[in-house]
Amino acid sequence: MSRTDTGAPERATGNAPTDPDRPRRGLTERLLAVRELSLLIALGLLVLVTTVRNDRFLSGQSVKDLLLGCAILVILAVGQTLVIVTRNVDLSVGSILGLVAFATGSLFLSAPGTPWPLALVLGVALGALCGVVNGGLIAVARVPALVITLGTLYAFRGVDYYWASGRQINAADMPPSFLRLGNQTVLGVPVLFLVALVVVAAVGFYLRSYRSGRELYAIGSEPAAARLSGIPVGRRVFAVFVANGALAGLAGVLYAARFGTLDAAAGTGLELQVVAAAVVGGVAIFGGSGSAYGAALGAVLLTTIGSSLAVLRIDPFWQQAVVGALILAAIGLDRLLALRVAARLRGRSAHGA
Amino acid sequence: MAHDSLYAAPPTVEAEPGAGRLATLRGLLGSWDAAVVAALVVVVLVAGLTVENFATGRNAQFLLLDLVPLALIALPMTLIVITGEIDLSVASMVGLCSTLMGQLWLSSGLSLELICVLVVLLGAVLGAVNGLFVTGFGLPSLAVTIGTLALYRGLSFVVLGDQAVADFPADWTAAVVRNIPGTSIPVVLVPLLLLALVFGVVLHATPAGRALYAMGNNDQAATFTGVSVARTKFWLFVVSGAVCGLVGIFWTLRYASARGDNATGLELTVVTAVLLGGVSIFGGRGALLGVLAGVLLLGVLRNALQLADVDANALTIVTGTLLIASVVLPNAVADIRARLHRRRQRQPVAS
Repeated sequence: MSRTDTGAPERATGNAPTDPDRPRRGLTERLLAVRELSLLIALGLLVLVTTVRNDRFLSGQSVKDLLLGCAILVILAVGQTLVIVTRNVDLSVGSILGLVAFATGSLFLSAPGTPWPLALVLGVALGALCGVVNGGLIAVARVPALVITLGTLYAFRGVDYYWASGRQINAADMPPSFLRLGNQTVLGVPVLFLVALVVVAAVGFYLRSYRSGRELYAIGSEPAAARLSGIPVGRRVFAVFVANGALAGLAGVLYAARFGTLDAAAGTGLELQVVAAAVVGGVAIFGGSGSAYGAALGAVLLTTIGSSLAVLRIDPFWQQAVVGALILAAIGLDRLLALRVAARLRGRSAHGA
Repeated sequence: MAHDSLYAAPPTVEAEPGAGRLATLRGLLGSWDAAVVAALVVVVLVAGLTVENFATGRNAQFLLLDLVPLALIALPMTLIVITGEIDLSVASMVGLCSTLMGQLWLSSGLSLELICVLVVLLGAVLGAVNGLFVTGFGLPSLAVTIGTLALYRGLSFVVLGDQAVADFPADWTAAVVRNIPGTSIPVVLVPLLLLALVFGVVLHATPAGRALYAMGNNDQAATFTGVSVARTKFWLFVVSGAVCGLVGIFWTLRYASARGDNATGLELTVVTAVLLGGVSIFGGRGALLGVLAGVLLLGVLRNALQLADVDANALTIVTGTLLIASVVLPNAVADIRARLHRRRQRQPVAS
């Protein structure tokens, strides 16, 4: 896989192979290799083209809607990055989000006086508990996380439906202070988006600068080698699933605050969008490479495409097709870059340089 | 799939020689296929005795009709998973084939026979795109087919928007749900079983089938034994697409409706059925009979619980639990067995 990921200083990447070739690359290739940059360029172009066609696209309200729309996906994509980097995947995030969102609504319904910070903490805890279930089962079963989280995708969603049994929770059932959380802005920036930014910064910093964060890349690059070098692989992977569950729980609470109306179907099918955001953001699906910033930008890009299509009066039905094409392009590009790097390294060793 | 090296390879089901005390346990659980078939029999018996209206001809007909798409797609999916790949785009291919069938019927003026042929060909082309990305460009099938899952579903909405085409000729829509005269078994089961037979023979009785297992166990070793891994995998994806074309036709005619959201989410049910049937997600292990039993078990259980007035959506708990149990149980059993074996080996030394 291409090392498009970290952009971290070499001294910090104790576990990632260094790339002695870096200074000699062509400019275009270097630009492409820094995925965050190419994503920003794509995002800029998209916004530019859309604004030229309709200048209201960059109006305050429209930007606010955009930021509000991508906040939840950004949080989920960043959590998913933690998991995918270790060569796992968590397909149950959409179900965890739905379960936590409904639980939050039910909490306010049965105890109307609950202060919202308490609801937030409980939601995150419930999400983390789901993560514990995922992580524990994976440790016991020793099968790919894909299978286990496919199972819990169904199981958590089923619990959600069983609990809701057709009921719907409305905004009127929730305290106004909680609902304000979903729509309030600080200096024109939605609170939800600020929360997402904090999550991105925290996870991004952790992955890049913490020893255990770097170990996650080592686990994803080569689990056997990671184990031999003394990394507690099982514990790290378990922790990653708990963290991702907690972030999905956070997203669930925010979902409840933003939309107010909740039924058991909230967040259905979100998991594929989340994986798509991470993959478009340069997180290699088979681990060892990718950054939280890239995944967050991927999520923003996917959301922006949706809004742009509407503004450009393109049939909104094209949105999903564009997302699919983007995923294929992203993984294709990664592969191409990896092949070129490999070819150059082969060439160098053949010449004995 | 490259997930495999993260955890130790799953313990093999074959126990060590001389595990005499556990011979019965091994006999019971040694073959996953047998366990699934046994579970199926138990569920059918219990449901037949306790659930009202379960053991009726009409219910059997609907149960079997509901299972046809699942069973059909599970055939190529089994082969693909055995080679260590996966195809998550199947439900989207069904959707796109369905809407194109509707669009062609609405506006092309072609005969329905010709349209059906075209739709199957189209499915093959969609599968070939998957195959090209996976084998031609060397990309992981999990990522590629998540991409085409979104792409094909998106295109199927592009074709018909949120419209539905419903005016298919009544004799066609009646034909797909017709029973074999004198029974409550749908006629479509005949081609399904024939197809299952073909897949079963290819997988279990031909060199090509053995090669699929070889690929699943070790791509490189398979290459060195003269198997053309890339070409075989490419054609598997093509076949998967063509079968999805068939399912698209069946789905459209059965519900007399071509819609963009047809079969949404079916891919996860298919994968569940295949894994439940004992196919290893690592590749290299599994049998078609087990998968068919898995499909039936899933279908019968859901049908019986639905008749027993369990909320259809809450039934996903059953699907999920079955899937998890199917991967956790064999490992747990193998662990216990290995522990007992070790203890027995230690005992003679101690005495």
